[in-house]
Amino acid sequence: MTPLQISHCTATSALGAGLAAHWDALRSERSGLQPRQYEDCTLACWTGEVKGLDQALQGTAAAWDCRNHRLARLALQQDDFIAQVAALRQRYGASRVGVFIGTSTSGVRHTERAYAERAGSGELPASFDYRRTHNVYAIADFVREELQLSGIASAVSTACSSSAKVFASATRAIRAGYCDAAVVGGVDSLCLTTLHGFHSLQLVSADICRPADARRNGISIGEAAGFAILEPDRGTAPLLLGYGESSDAHHMSAPDPEGRGAAAAMQAALQRAGLAPDQIDYINLHGTGTQANDHAEDRGVCALFGADTPCSSTKGWTGHTLGAAAILEAVISLLCLRHSWLPRSLTTTERDPRLGAAILLQSRSQPVRHVLSNSFGFGGSNCSLLFGLGR
Amino acid sequence: MKPLFVDAVGIAAGGLPDWAAAATVLRGEAPYAYADLPAHAPALLPANERRRATATVRLAFRAAEDAIATSRFGAHQLATVFSSSEADTPVMHRIGSALATPQRLVSPTDFHNSVHNAAAGYWSIAAGCRAPSISLSAWDAGFAVGLLEAAALAEIDGHDVLLVAYDIPAPEPLHQKRPLSCSFGVAMVLTPNPGYGHRIDLHLLDAQASESRMQDPALEALRVGNPAARALPLLQLLAQRRAGAVTLPGSGHSRLRISVAPA
Repeated sequence: MTPLQISHCTATSALGAGLAAHWDALRSERSGLQPRQYEDCTLACWTGEVKGLDQALQGTAAAWDCRNHRLARLALQQDDFIAQVAALRQRYGASRVGVFIGTSTSGVRHTERAYAERAGSGELPASFDYRRTHNVYAIADFVREELQLSGIASAVSTACSSSAKVFASATRAIRAGYCDAAVVGGVDSLCLTTLHGFHSLQLVSADICRPADARRNGISIGEAAGFAILEPDRGTAPLLLGYGESSDAHHMSAPDPEGRGAAAAMQAALQRAGLAPDQIDYINLHGTGTQANDHAEDRGVCALFGADTPCSSTKGWTGHTLGAAAILEAVISLLCLRHSWLPRSLTTTERDPRLGAAILLQSRSQPVRHVLSNSFGFGGSNCSLLFGLGR
Repeated sequence: MKPLFVDAVGIAAGGLPDWAAAATVLRGEAPYAYADLPAHAPALLPANERRRATATVRLAFRAAEDAIATSRFGAHQLATVFSSSEADTPVMHRIGSALATPQRLVSPTDFHNSVHNAAAGYWSIAAGCRAPSISLSAWDAGFAVGLLEAAALAEIDGHDVLLVAYDIPAPEPLHQKRPLSCSFGVAMVLTPNPGYGHRIDLHLLDAQASESRMQDPALEALRVGNPAARALPLLQLLAQRRAGAVTLPGSGHSRLRISVAPA
């Protein structure tokens, strides 16, 4: 495909707000995960919580107030992103910049609270604004309003691949002429639905998540928001070289153990980029830290790349931020390109000998030209993104 | 935007149980009369998944299976776009209720059904389809945004595409906050290749363009009662097999103009 450039990006997660905080945490090998409880949740787990979300949104944004939108706004305020979008509006017009946001649970925490506050009649509080908080589209509409854009907007919700799919969706929309440029992103915030839901599937670790570790036993849930500007290549920024999407057609909440869907997504991304596997310098794995995910992904990676391409999961730093995982890891991939640096799998102490891929146990500086980032979700939804400094 | 061709249409709604029956009503050859849809057992789903499939998933399947029944494409060949404003509100209600109790015991089946792409996941398993699949939400503009996504998958990535738009009314107390009046599912098999049925052309307009409405008051009530039913003006043109154009609500401040040229 003709590459698009990623003119600007930003991310906010348990590592902090903005690119500098992320780079600092990555370089100093400081995890954002803590064995702390989220609100009054009593499950034994580690979480990657974002600080500074206690203030309600004010003014015109007050009707949209919920944890997810507080997180989205905090992220939008970093790295001069709002000003960059203002310049984009100038360049293309407000109606010609699309908005594509991935989320798995949107503002569900707001509905959880409303259910906890139900009156004796069973009714939800009158003040509960479902459309502007919990509805899946709310996050895309909120971001569109905050950025004063008026064109096409879509909320993509394919579980943990959501904010990877937005890159594919936005690329197609630009190519088809629905818009000239796009703001893509992902936002997912901590909530009881995912903590207790993943716990019900016995997928939450009481320990910090340890992707690719022999003793890994589940995920640590985090929260994050990230955004990027996608526009035609003007030679001024790193590129989205390819995307690849596939479906497992296997099981609703477990990956195909052979990793065929994962391999198909990676293969499609390589094909679109016109690159061979040996031209990829680093793979940012989905690497959730569950037995099944890491095993299946390893099968897919080894089938395509063999055992030599450096790879790691960065979820030991950030936790699994679900619908925002892909945008967060896209931003980390872009930091790898910018700083010629590869992150290790932070919490892996004993590499699982059954895994064949070249899991990095030490971070290192080296030339980095092409990075592949994987994201896989429930329902067997797979998406791989390929970023680079040029072909 | 290049033209798109409508190979097949499916529908699942009260009083419009399948496309053949719906087309008769939409052509004005039979009156519209609401009748509950009978329970649907998705024919394609393996027993394990069929047991776990919710009413929402079954509605999406009913519409999709109706389209596939007359399509020249096999279900396993088609990329998919599943568009739903709400996805599974009964599941959301059960999880919200469970989390409001001291034990907070969430059912694992409810949790895996709670993802917005549940219907898409079941469909890929049922159809044995490994093609790309997108699930999205755009409030009342979901049909138009889903159609644009499907058109882009066809034009840019060369896929033949199954589009399914579906929503069911929420149980109380959520229903008060999002009062959909009925269930509605619609499906279309779309292809970038000429020779497969009616040609449609898409144009994005600004919000000043007014939405097309249904002349029949009962069908107009249906149209505004469910986001997926916003497709009805387009479905009517397709049923009548005549040239024309309709305007559907789009996301942001946009509208989607769809021109139809019959095969």
